[in-house]
Amino acid sequence: MIGLDRVSRTFPTRDGEVTALSDIDLRVDKHEFVAVIGRSGCGKSTLLRLMAGLLAPTSGTVTVDGAPVRRPRADVVLMHQLPALLPWRTALGNVMLPVEIRRLPRADHRVKAAELLDAVGLTGFHHRHPYELSGGMQQRVALCRALIQQPRVLLMDEPFSALDALTREELATQLQAMHMSAPATTVFVTHSIAEAVLLADRVVVLSTRPGRVRQVLDIALPRPRSFGHSAHVAEAAGYVAELHDLLLHD
Amino acid sequence: MNASRPVLPVAGALAAIGIWWGATAVFGIRPLFLPAPPDVVAAFRAQPGYLLCETGATLLETVTGFGLAVLLGLLIAVTLTASRTLERAALPVLVALNSVPKVAVAPLLVVWLGFGPRPKVVLVLLICVFPIVVATMAGLTSTPSELGELSRSLSASAWQTYVKIRLPWALPQVFTGLKVAVSLAVIGAVVAEISNPSGGLGAVVVLSGMSFDTPLAFAAIVLLALLSTALFYLVVAVERLLVPWARAIAG
Repeated sequence: MIGLDRVSRTFPTRDGEVTALSDIDLRVDKHEFVAVIGRSGCGKSTLLRLMAGLLAPTSGTVTVDGAPVRRPRADVVLMHQLPALLPWRTALGNVMLPVEIRRLPRADHRVKAAELLDAVGLTGFHHRHPYELSGGMQQRVALCRALIQQPRVLLMDEPFSALDALTREELATQLQAMHMSAPATTVFVTHSIAEAVLLADRVVVLSTRPGRVRQVLDIALPRPRSFGHSAHVAEAAGYVAELHDLLLHD
Repeated sequence: MNASRPVLPVAGALAAIGIWWGATAVFGIRPLFLPAPPDVVAAFRAQPGYLLCETGATLLETVTGFGLAVLLGLLIAVTLTASRTLERAALPVLVALNSVPKVAVAPLLVVWLGFGPRPKVVLVLLICVFPIVVATMAGLTSTPSELGELSRSLSASAWQTYVKIRLPWALPQVFTGLKVAVSLAVIGAVVAEISNPSGGLGAVVVLSGMSFDTPLAFAAIVLLALLSTALFYLVVAVERLLVPWARAIAG
């Protein structure tokens, strides 16, 4: 589904070129959930922007469905770290933005937008403006705005990092449920080890400056998973410890 | 919103009038130098038709000039922000033009445009247009990067980005410019009328000064203050109607 072949990306700075990503080889299969984890500045966000077609690689190729990515595609949707909602639009209006911009039939999608908002627990908040919503609710609206585009590939850039711990867990659990019922190929960037182990089929660990793939870890746990309280606590703890070691001894 | 909010400003205004009145009485100031509030009211009641007619003339010049400035200012700002190159080239010129004291142009406008209302409208326009252009340009170029990325990742056209994201995002700052401009508008009209006293409240001030009718001059000044305040709050009301979300994010 997604392929990165010997992908590097450098950025010019005042002190010369900085290599954000170096020689990345990565394949993400259809419907797979891959978490990318690494310290700050390891090029995680750059990786997503390359897949989203917002940045071009300095060398190497990025492909989706075998076709090189040169510009943003309609079936590949990026979800930003910030909700990035339009303050003058209601929750429903924000979810409808991609529909309007891509000139899709509005009536059908309006129904779908309402269903999505209900599904993430925003019943009764459809006509509220972002400033009337909590951070977690805003990020839920942003998730609905991504999902209404029926993405085949969902790229998520630390989508829950600005939220409090409980809300993060709640949203991660919700995301897992959605992925189980309608799996989109997902690449999920995070610095939370627990989130990665909860959600991912595979965890890609990046090293810092330049970002390289340090290790890829398969998470062989049955779904649905949960934070604690499961029959697989011990195994999950093993993965967490392994990832922790990898990140700590970078 | 607090229900008792209008109480304090009204109390402040009444106190100011009280101090003014008290000062004229205590120090025995003659009305020629500083008329007491009742003198000013009497001056108004002596010829209300004349004063209201001149208020109307000033209002018309102000509103016409301000309206044209809004149209022209938005047009200039939108044109200049269409391209980075144009914006960089034009901004220093605008800043330079803005630093010219427009008031100094008033006598020239009479030479160029004659004695009618035209030079007055043009001076209002000149004074108002720059704050509108500068504020609108600032608004149009301050779109947050995540919203820019959002529109790029949705493959939005330049037009869609403009209409659906940049323009609405700029509105609160546009209104900041409009509020500055509307306060300047009345000043522009009065300066034009003083340099060419053929009508309007500015002319009333000049002519009453010549005949040492200070209460009449004060009546005209009070009317100007009321006019200016009313116009300002009209813009604020339109702002609250069009961008109710702006106060919410600012607060």
